[in-house]
Amino acid sequence: MKYLPLVLANLGRHKRRTILTIASVALALFLFASLRTVVTTLDAGSRFGGARRLVALNATGLVFPLPLAYANRIKAMPGVHSVSWANWFGGRYGDGKRFFANFAVDPVSYLAMYPEIVIPPDQKQAFLQDRTGALIGKRLLSEFGWKLGQNVTLQGTIFPGDWTFTVRAIYTPTDPAIGDDVLIFHHEYFDERIGRAGIAGWYIVEIDDPSHSPAIAKEIDDAFRNSSSPTKTGTEREFQASFATMWGNVSLLMGTIGLAVVFAILLVTANAMMMSARERTGEVAVLKTIGFSDRLLFGLVMLEAGVLALTGAFLGLGGAKLLYKATNFNAAGFLPGFNVTAATLVLGAAVAVVLMLASGLVPALRAARLPIVQALRHVE
Amino acid sequence: MKIPILYNVRSMLQRPYSTALTALGIALVVAVFIGMLALANGFRVALARTGSNGNVLVLRKGADSELSSGVGRDVASMIAASPHVATGPDGRPLVSPEVYVLVPMGKVFDTTKMANVVVRGVSDQAWIVRSNVRVVDGQRPASGRAEICLGERLVARFPHTGIGQTMHFAGRDWTVTCHFTAAGSAFESEVWGENEQFMPVFRGDVFQSITFRLKDPAAFEDARRSLQDDKRMTVDAHRESEFYAQQSQLLGRILAILAWTITSIMAVGAVFGAVNTMYAAIAARQPEIAVLMTIGFKPGSVLTSFLAESGLIAAIGGIIGCLLALPINGLVTSTTNWASFSEIAFSFRVTPLLLLNGFLFAVVMGLIGGFFPAWRAARLRVVQALR
Repeated sequence: MKYLPLVLANLGRHKRRTILTIASVALALFLFASLRTVVTTLDAGSRFGGARRLVALNATGLVFPLPLAYANRIKAMPGVHSVSWANWFGGRYGDGKRFFANFAVDPVSYLAMYPEIVIPPDQKQAFLQDRTGALIGKRLLSEFGWKLGQNVTLQGTIFPGDWTFTVRAIYTPTDPAIGDDVLIFHHEYFDERIGRAGIAGWYIVEIDDPSHSPAIAKEIDDAFRNSSSPTKTGTEREFQASFATMWGNVSLLMGTIGLAVVFAILLVTANAMMMSARERTGEVAVLKTIGFSDRLLFGLVMLEAGVLALTGAFLGLGGAKLLYKATNFNAAGFLPGFNVTAATLVLGAAVAVVLMLASGLVPALRAARLPIVQALRHVE
Repeated sequence: MKIPILYNVRSMLQRPYSTALTALGIALVVAVFIGMLALANGFRVALARTGSNGNVLVLRKGADSELSSGVGRDVASMIAASPHVATGPDGRPLVSPEVYVLVPMGKVFDTTKMANVVVRGVSDQAWIVRSNVRVVDGQRPASGRAEICLGERLVARFPHTGIGQTMHFAGRDWTVTCHFTAAGSAFESEVWGENEQFMPVFRGDVFQSITFRLKDPAAFEDARRSLQDDKRMTVDAHRESEFYAQQSQLLGRILAILAWTITSIMAVGAVFGAVNTMYAAIAARQPEIAVLMTIGFKPGSVLTSFLAESGLIAAIGGIIGCLLALPINGLVTSTTNWASFSEIAFSFRVTPLLLLNGFLFAVVMGLIGGFFPAWRAARLRVVQALR
């Protein structure tokens, strides 16, 4: 490491070039980390799901409801611990530009099934006791400036009219895939206002033993096969994964762009390294004359490339991590739990190492193989 | 007097690697720029082409998509009787009350991957009301039978979509009798059948939307007012073209923002690369520049000359970038349109305007990257440099 000052001095000779090169590496790895995090966030969302929770939907499609009467029949099945139900509401707040999920649930059974939704005990009591109360994610507070106890009015798009709820409780999700921008209210109130239609959008079934989930799912589907509303039951994870596949080729797209970004920056860095090497032909010859070995010179050039690539990587990856954390970014609700993972950081560092090898190799070999006599001719 | 551009071309050829690397870096930025905007473009165009300017789409008041709407038979017959509705050659009003549902279907390459496909029940007038729809293969579904017609884009992506095959959904078998195209619009990702067939198996005795042809396309406002003021129904009337354009806004905007953010960050990196190259080029050519100035070229000419050199490298990069991006034109991709929750397939659209924009983008990158180095070249002290 005693040669590090020499390498740093070399880098310091063209400060502007060094800074610009590091900056472009940093930008590239920032982009790389961002694109990669889109993919990992979608992926994490698709892998969310309690092992003991099943979801039953109408087999005809997501938009068709199931009769509320199914709850008791499912509950009576062996191996079923408890049942809850929910209905998508699809209300809009204000001008509707900021979309957020809102749905009606059977609160007692639902919250018992989702320990991931953490609520202060007194607020939870207040929410359970108020039929028109709402439970909201903490992000909605800051986005809309709502307060505890305030009335908020949503316009129903599927169920017409103005629906006013009182904010009674605020939750914090322990699993980022749940999202912290959801509004939840009482199914009882929902059912009453739509004229006791007795419908549930989906059932959540908690079972005693996760290993029985395929058998229980089949049993539920068999029970309703010949009714007017057949069900399709699967694990919660399958349910979530089906949403993730709706994005289509997004992951592929992000991956391709990420590659293009990395490759473009590789060209920039390689170019900078080659320029420095070319300018220093004479110097290298002098170093060789005073006894620096070929191998050492190879190492020095590589080290220089490494300092450029790794400093850039450190700034870019660290910047991405800090920026998304500080701004609490979630792409307007589309990517809940957007967080640069450790795996992404490691992958980014690996990219930097590849960058170092690819951009340093040609100049380093050239330096190592330089014939002294010929090169010294250029020295003025 | 201007320095001949040939001087710059020759200088560039003196350092082929560095020129090529810089140009390639810019080419990649341009290719990503064009590619992403082609995606946003293709999506928007698919939805924009769906609606016609001469058609009106009627939904329940407050509904923001066909999915969340519901209108009764009484409304359908009232609208059919409206004086604003055009009539067909047989004298019947050109109205299509429609059933609109989403049905999960497994894809052909991986049947565990489900997509929500739009199933639309139409009246027999719909084929005339929607003037962009053409049956390309087979016969239209006969009234009263469990038959369906598929949009072209479904055919390759889903199983059992050949003519004469049967698809199973909503607890019944449906025979495929034809395929249709619709000028690349979102209709091409839909399943069409007869509304009276779909009603009992889906949501019962209710339509989701009513589309009709205007007698006078200019009289949309009159038609809208008369329907929305009608006390017998609570509906919103939209111009069909505007409605579908609106449906593309959310995702279209996300894609465009993504394209601009990603490419501007990449562009900054590429500009840095260009700056490096030009500074190095100028540092290596100081004596040359001094000679140029000694023989009478003005600093302004030197500035222009180096700007031109940088612009030229970038322009080469721009052209390579355009060539790299060209093959994606027409590539079909699919995604869920979150505004309607349905999956639509569409093609990347690389237009001449987009290519031109990409090229200009490259040249601008080159000029920005070349400015400071060229500025320095122009202010070179002749005496010092000639030593």
